[in-house]
Amino acid sequence: MLELRNITKRFGDVLANDGVSFKVEPGTIHAIVGENGAGKSTAMRIAYGFYTANSGDILINGQPVEIRTPHDAIALGIGMVHQHFMLVEPMTVAENIVLGAEPGTATSLDLRKAAEEIRKVSDEFKLSVDPNATIETLSVGQQQRIELLKALYRRAQLLILDEPTAVLTPQEVEEFFAILRGMREQGKTIVIITHKLSEVLAISDNVTVMRDGRVVGDVKTSATDAAELARLMVGRDVLLRVEKPDAKPGAALISLHDFSIAGRDGTKRVDKVSFEVRAGEIVGIAGVEGNGQTELIEALAGLIPGAYVSGSISFEGRDITRLDARARKELGIAHVPEDRHRRGLLLDFSLAENTILGVHYRKPAVTGIGSVLLDQKGIQRRAAEVIRDFDVRPPNSTLPARALSGGNQQKLIIGREFELPPKLLLVSQPTRGVDIGAIEFIHRKIVALRDQGCAILLVSAELEEVTALSDRLLVIHNGRIVGEVDPKVTTNEEIGLMMTGGRA
Amino acid sequence: MKLLREVLYPLIAVLAAFIIGGIVVLLIGDSPIQTYRLLIGSAFSWPDGIGYTLFNATPLIFTGLAVAVAFRCGLLNIGAEGQLYIAAFATAWVGIKFAGLSAWLLLPMCCLTAVLAGAIWGGIPGLLKARFGSHEVINTIMLNFIAVALAGYFTQYHYKAPGDPIMETVPIGSGAHIARLGKFIPGLPERIPVNLAFIIAILACVFVYVLLWKTKWGYEIRATGANPSAAEYGGISIRKQIILAMAISGGLAGMVGINEVLGYRYRYYDGFSANYGFVGIAVALLGRNHPVGVFLAAILFAILLRGGIFVDAYTIHVSKDIVDMLQGIVIILVALRPDAIFGSLKKLSKAKA
Repeated sequence: MLELRNITKRFGDVLANDGVSFKVEPGTIHAIVGENGAGKSTAMRIAYGFYTANSGDILINGQPVEIRTPHDAIALGIGMVHQHFMLVEPMTVAENIVLGAEPGTATSLDLRKAAEEIRKVSDEFKLSVDPNATIETLSVGQQQRIELLKALYRRAQLLILDEPTAVLTPQEVEEFFAILRGMREQGKTIVIITHKLSEVLAISDNVTVMRDGRVVGDVKTSATDAAELARLMVGRDVLLRVEKPDAKPGAALISLHDFSIAGRDGTKRVDKVSFEVRAGEIVGIAGVEGNGQTELIEALAGLIPGAYVSGSISFEGRDITRLDARARKELGIAHVPEDRHRRGLLLDFSLAENTILGVHYRKPAVTGIGSVLLDQKGIQRRAAEVIRDFDVRPPNSTLPARALSGGNQQKLIIGREFELPPKLLLVSQPTRGVDIGAIEFIHRKIVALRDQGCAILLVSAELEEVTALSDRLLVIHNGRIVGEVDPKVTTNEEIGLMMTGGRA
Repeated sequence: MKLLREVLYPLIAVLAAFIIGGIVVLLIGDSPIQTYRLLIGSAFSWPDGIGYTLFNATPLIFTGLAVAVAFRCGLLNIGAEGQLYIAAFATAWVGIKFAGLSAWLLLPMCCLTAVLAGAIWGGIPGLLKARFGSHEVINTIMLNFIAVALAGYFTQYHYKAPGDPIMETVPIGSGAHIARLGKFIPGLPERIPVNLAFIIAILACVFVYVLLWKTKWGYEIRATGANPSAAEYGGISIRKQIILAMAISGGLAGMVGINEVLGYRYRYYDGFSANYGFVGIAVALLGRNHPVGVFLAAILFAILLRGGIFVDAYTIHVSKDIVDMLQGIVIILVALRPDAIFGSLKKLSKAKA
């Protein structure tokens, strides 16, 4: 169906694709796996016409083709669904789907005909989509089906899906995979870009593994396993499980009592939650994104104005509900934010300048009378420590944070927060968009911090991550803690059911 | 690499602007070489050319720094014009009201007034943004009108010499005069108005550099400008930084009053500013919001300002409007960023190939 031959693509000095060649057989589900920056998205964006390759050929059904723009790709029957949905929220499903290919004449838009057509396609692939619903009323899983439908409506024979499961719950993933299998039965070809090995094994027929811009493996899924794929991706043996001794929890360090957070629109984001985290334990919060975890962590870090919160937080027996972010950090509360680009880093600042964010006003970052002048030596020393202890690469403190890979940016933030040193660590999505090697490293560091007696509150969208790391697991749904489970004995299916509001 | 880019791109923009300007001059029917010789060469004559160029550069350094500091905090201060008018009038007012005081007292008072009045006028939109979220661009523009009108009103009805046909206040006390550089530099006559304010402007460049890059306050201002969410996460009060940066910005713009009132006319003169506040935006843009760049850009624009007069007088067709045109082209080219231009040229040539 699709074949890439010797595709090479440079971005400036970076070789994103280096002689990439592989073949996608018609009527199969083909997974492309690799760490961040391995070049898998780049390769598929070339196939979809977002980028043009510096050299190499693309073949469709054995014929060499020119794909310069997504328009060319669509004409050749290629559709792509992006990780971030490209939907116009206040518009209807039908309006969104026809966008860019509007039926009717220049002055009149024949939406009724489009809706009919959409319903037909939707039925054919069992997507159960209502063409007249507005996008904002749909769940994330439904929105993703609209994206699929967009490609199918344009008569795509080959669908490229970029990290499609990142935003779905375990149940939604199952439904989504059922749809993909149905599409394969109808003769469609699917390319799925992912870094989750369990999904590769569950859904794909063939796997192409990429590393550093090259194809390092091309195997039948039935002939491989997770360990082999991980080894191919990282280039060495990887520990896939987190190894940790049992927790030895001490006294309660932080406790929340009837704690609520209102959104700017007045709706309750977190509704009367009460729990505590003890020194030396990791408490995980599992939940579908957007159920209040983000707000909870931000509020605990002091980043949500007092007017929006009610209830109380006490830390080491002291009420800290009204303290601001700086005061909380001084008490020993560290925070690894979920969005490292938006919250965690000053991307255009150097690594050194980033390692003092939050502690920039006190020693060792400042010197002299009144602690006004920045102490360049002190800052460099601190940067050197973080870079060494947390293996930030490249180890050059003068580089802007922007120049680092996602994994190294994350290690920088974690290093900065760990060297406070914290009594309580709030950590949100610690390994989002981070490659397997770095994930292993970060997990080990978190467990080590726990064993030094730090209390840790962990939020992650990766169910496997929270269950593997947590000593106790709270499940959040619609801003409420709907249950506490022991991650060692509870199955992911049970937790997944609780996450969506069902009872285990 | 970064330094090269920071220095090289503005230079390319200036050079390209001169080439485009040269073509225009040629089309109008004058010689580009002769025009440019007049435009640039006249700024280097001693003592008038150099003296006046430095005098012209002084207010532009202040306003350029003002815009740069606000920009480093993520704010666009379009109000340097209003800030410098209010500051100049306030300075003159103190100079008139307390004319009898000794220079030791009066001079520092006047200088401080210039800075404070500008800081207050700049701080107001900062406060409005921090408190209510209203946009500083709108508010600074509005405050420009108010500043000019207020200063004009008080001049006309309260502080003008009776019978004076010119919109200007009575003179300030002689104790508030600051020395012209001619007093210290042999060969530079004192009639040329470049004065100690130029030295203050250089010190202001040093001050801004140290503040922004060597102190924790500068770190907070720059962090807020680079990524407000991350700054907030780092325990920095964004509201405080916005007010602070706007006040510092206004204070720097207000220092134009020192040059104008204390060093040049010794009174408030209505409508004295040759758009210093707005040209300051261009100066900051070309100077990449760095004090060294601001200083150099201010000198360049001052050279053009001076040369424009000679172009007007000695060429047949070209008028001094060429200065505005060149400024305009430079700004467009800087705003476009050469890397973006080169990038799209590359793309274009590839698409054709």
